[in-house]
Amino acid sequence: MTKVSMTVNGKAVSGEVEGRTLLSSFLREGLGLTGTHVGCDTSQCGACVVHVDGNPVKSCTVFAQDVAGASVRTIEGMANPDGSLGVIQQAFQDHHGLQCGFCTPGMVMSSAALLAENPRPTEAEVRHYLDGNICRCTGYHNIVKAVMAASGQDVSALAAE
Amino acid sequence: MPKDYGIGAPQKRREDIRFLTGRGVYTDDLALHGQAAAVFVRSTVAHGRIKSINTAKAAAMPGVLAIFTGEDFKDVGGNPAGWLINSRDGTPMREPKRPVLAHGKVRHVGDAYAAVIAETLSQAKDAAEQLAEDSAIEELPAIVDMKAAVADPSNRVHDEIPDNLCFDWGWIEDNRAAVDAAMKAAPHVVTLNLVNNRLVPNAMEPRASIGEYFPGTGDYKLTTTSQNPHLTRLLVAAFVLGIPENKLTVVAPDVGGGFGSKIYHYGEEALVLAAAKKLGRPVRWTAERSESFLTDAHGRDHVTKIELGCTKDGQILAIRTETLANVGAYLSNFSTATPTFLHGTLMAGPYKVPHVYVNVKTVFTNTAPVDAYRGAGRPEATFSLERVIDKMCRELNLDPFEVRRKNLLTPDQFPYTTPVGLVYDTGNYQATLDRAMAMADVAGFDKRAAESKARGKLRGMGLSTWIEACGIAPSHLVGILGSRVGLYDAATVRVNATGNLSVMVGAHSHGQGHETVFAQIVADKLGIPESSVEIVHGDTSKIPFGMGSYGSRSLAVCGTAMAKAVDKIIAKGKKIAAHMLEASEGDITFEDGKFSVAGTDKAKTFGEIAFSAYVPHNYPLETLEPGLEETAFYDPANFTYPAGAYICEVEVDEGTGKVDVVAFHCADDFGNVMNPLVVEGQVHGGVGQGIGQALCEFTTYDENGQLLTGSYMDYPMPRAGDVPFYNVDYSCQTPCTHNPLGVKGCGEAGAIGSPPAVVNAVIDALHRGGHTHVTHIDMPVSPSRVWQAVNG
Repeated sequence: MTKVSMTVNGKAVSGEVEGRTLLSSFLREGLGLTGTHVGCDTSQCGACVVHVDGNPVKSCTVFAQDVAGASVRTIEGMANPDGSLGVIQQAFQDHHGLQCGFCTPGMVMSSAALLAENPRPTEAEVRHYLDGNICRCTGYHNIVKAVMAASGQDVSALAAE
Repeated sequence: MPKDYGIGAPQKRREDIRFLTGRGVYTDDLALHGQAAAVFVRSTVAHGRIKSINTAKAAAMPGVLAIFTGEDFKDVGGNPAGWLINSRDGTPMREPKRPVLAHGKVRHVGDAYAAVIAETLSQAKDAAEQLAEDSAIEELPAIVDMKAAVADPSNRVHDEIPDNLCFDWGWIEDNRAAVDAAMKAAPHVVTLNLVNNRLVPNAMEPRASIGEYFPGTGDYKLTTTSQNPHLTRLLVAAFVLGIPENKLTVVAPDVGGGFGSKIYHYGEEALVLAAAKKLGRPVRWTAERSESFLTDAHGRDHVTKIELGCTKDGQILAIRTETLANVGAYLSNFSTATPTFLHGTLMAGPYKVPHVYVNVKTVFTNTAPVDAYRGAGRPEATFSLERVIDKMCRELNLDPFEVRRKNLLTPDQFPYTTPVGLVYDTGNYQATLDRAMAMADVAGFDKRAAESKARGKLRGMGLSTWIEACGIAPSHLVGILGSRVGLYDAATVRVNATGNLSVMVGAHSHGQGHETVFAQIVADKLGIPESSVEIVHGDTSKIPFGMGSYGSRSLAVCGTAMAKAVDKIIAKGKKIAAHMLEASEGDITFEDGKFSVAGTDKAKTFGEIAFSAYVPHNYPLETLEPGLEETAFYDPANFTYPAGAYICEVEVDEGTGKVDVVAFHCADDFGNVMNPLVVEGQVHGGVGQGIGQALCEFTTYDENGQLLTGSYMDYPMPRAGDVPFYNVDYSCQTPCTHNPLGVKGCGEAGAIGSPPAVVNAVIDALHRGGHTHVTHIDMPVSPSRVWQAVNG
């Protein structure tokens, strides 16, 4: 077991991990941050995406000890300081961009990373960027719409509601 | 202006807040004091005889608490099939035992034959690996292909079932000769052989279960990923483990999608309960995705020959089908209903067809069990029908829109009794067809096709006019059809003393939005704020005995039970108001949240009535009970029959065979709509899955029964870039005539109506490009299949 320390959602945290402990396990079981989900075992589904030093990372594919000292942001750190939904979260609710909610944390984290590097993405750019996030419920329609709305674009004419 | 309150309002979902902030609670999110981890040892061969399992080494490994094998469960019950189907000759289906852990033989890759419980997951995994090494399993020839399974009686999935046939079903057998005669007499007969591709449901949350046992009371608790906790409790209690039903609580907390795969009871649920009892500690198991691929009940997997007899101008005279349906290695709970009563009864579609006969042989193979997956039988029927009609149009050079119009039932023909046993209550199929054609700008297609051609693409347009039977299901009908359960639902409305409501429902929400939509309905009926209504679901210790969510039944069946319970609340409220206002009960009216004496200004608010019910200081107790809580059970008189018309436009790249869906238009009739935002979302999701089936998804076992598509590296799930925005409309509404909300259900529509529209569009594109020799391509219509069809 090794002691690992990092910053998660602005707070300093530490814990004992095995060499094989994944970041997703450390967040979920070590810190009780169960908003980060694990939906597959091949780094394909994207439900586990978190930000490590600002970059989107599939936390099921990273060892906890490899991000020692890093700043990690999870879905639990995405709301506004007063607890209200952040812009992307609010857009997902406004446009019904989630159903069962399981892929949602990863979708929100990937969308936030997209908008940080591309503040006004086209539909094609959103679809391309979310290639690593699988949703089985929504058919992606309202997710793409929510991301574009979160970027400040008028989505009313994209397709019928 | 859209409504902003109650029934019909596009309310944002209240449950979204917890899901968007990481505060949903799914089964695997729970951490319990003293919990131990379970790992299953699964067969790596498709078919084998268990010679020995030596547990000694594994049992001595660090942290190991217990080991279970099939031997431990050989004297308890098995997981039963929910429907008894009789063969054409009247003999009952063959129903092999489905044990908690495989005993004697393993029958598919992934079949669990042992389980290890250890302090930590890693320790359990290490010991499970050791146990696998110490198990001797003699590999037998795998039975994978359905035709071969039936043809070679020497090789058996279940030793006691000689020809691997579960049943040979005819629907309706008495009509067979008449259908054969009509087919023979038909001026033209179209024949199509097709495969409805096997799919893996792939709910994004893998299955997970936690068993607990409380020695002080002898109570058990199962927290599990279930679409219907009460049914799971009943199966575990009455059939599998023999636990008294009242000593077992089943909780399905937040569940990350189901699509059918979480309807059923699985052996892992029984194992964690048995292990918790043995160890006196909570025992948890969460599937890895590879386990989900191997063991979640798969969907579809039909091989069908459909024949259609017609006149030369496209009037359908007769339909006859022969299907081999794969049930896999064991009978999952609904597996025998899916290819029969959810499939054969739909084979008349929305059309006037005088003669229909359906034959289905279900076959055991050394593959994962196959059961209901979104649509369940109805997508298979719709695909067969809409593809053969399209083929008829090409053979006879007829317009597919006009042929549909010619054959569709007309609004004056309802209620309509089909030749396959259903009574459609209401519909207007011309209206949805007209609406879809307007949405798709059918008249402007040639211009769009020319524009596509200029970019080197072939454009095609495909149509599907579909119907389904959902709102599952009237118990009196399903009982005749072989169901061993009733399919009513239930709701309890508890008005609390402070005037807010707890509404306990038998339906389970795993993405459908019941917490929001059901509250809209209750609030609207009572004239109170939606925020006053809390919907409680998923916990058998709280909710009445309902049958869960599948088959687009939540609103039509459970929603109706809830509406009826609210009506009882209003009736009781009138009694209380009459007492409080010193009026006759018959003079009390209820409107906008107020009980009033007709013709006076005397009134009591809903809140005042609620408070009085719990502070009954001067009640005439012989005629008026305290309290304000009512339960209603509702068993529908009939199925509901949503219907619609879907038009798909694709572009095909002749060089690569790649198909892009460039437009998808849905005109649906769901009857009355409670929350348009949620209805649209359901259609989007269903169409997304339907496009996935049509273009991407396939499940392949090799000849040894190894699953080749066992991960997201190999099984092509539709991604955001594989689908377009969908154009969705539900303005054509013929309310259901037999439930008070007038609702029909929308959960499966998209997955039912869309696959044939996509494939029809691809064939259309190829024909427009001169490839008229291509009459059919099986799903998924992948680039390689299109390329081969074009160049073959």
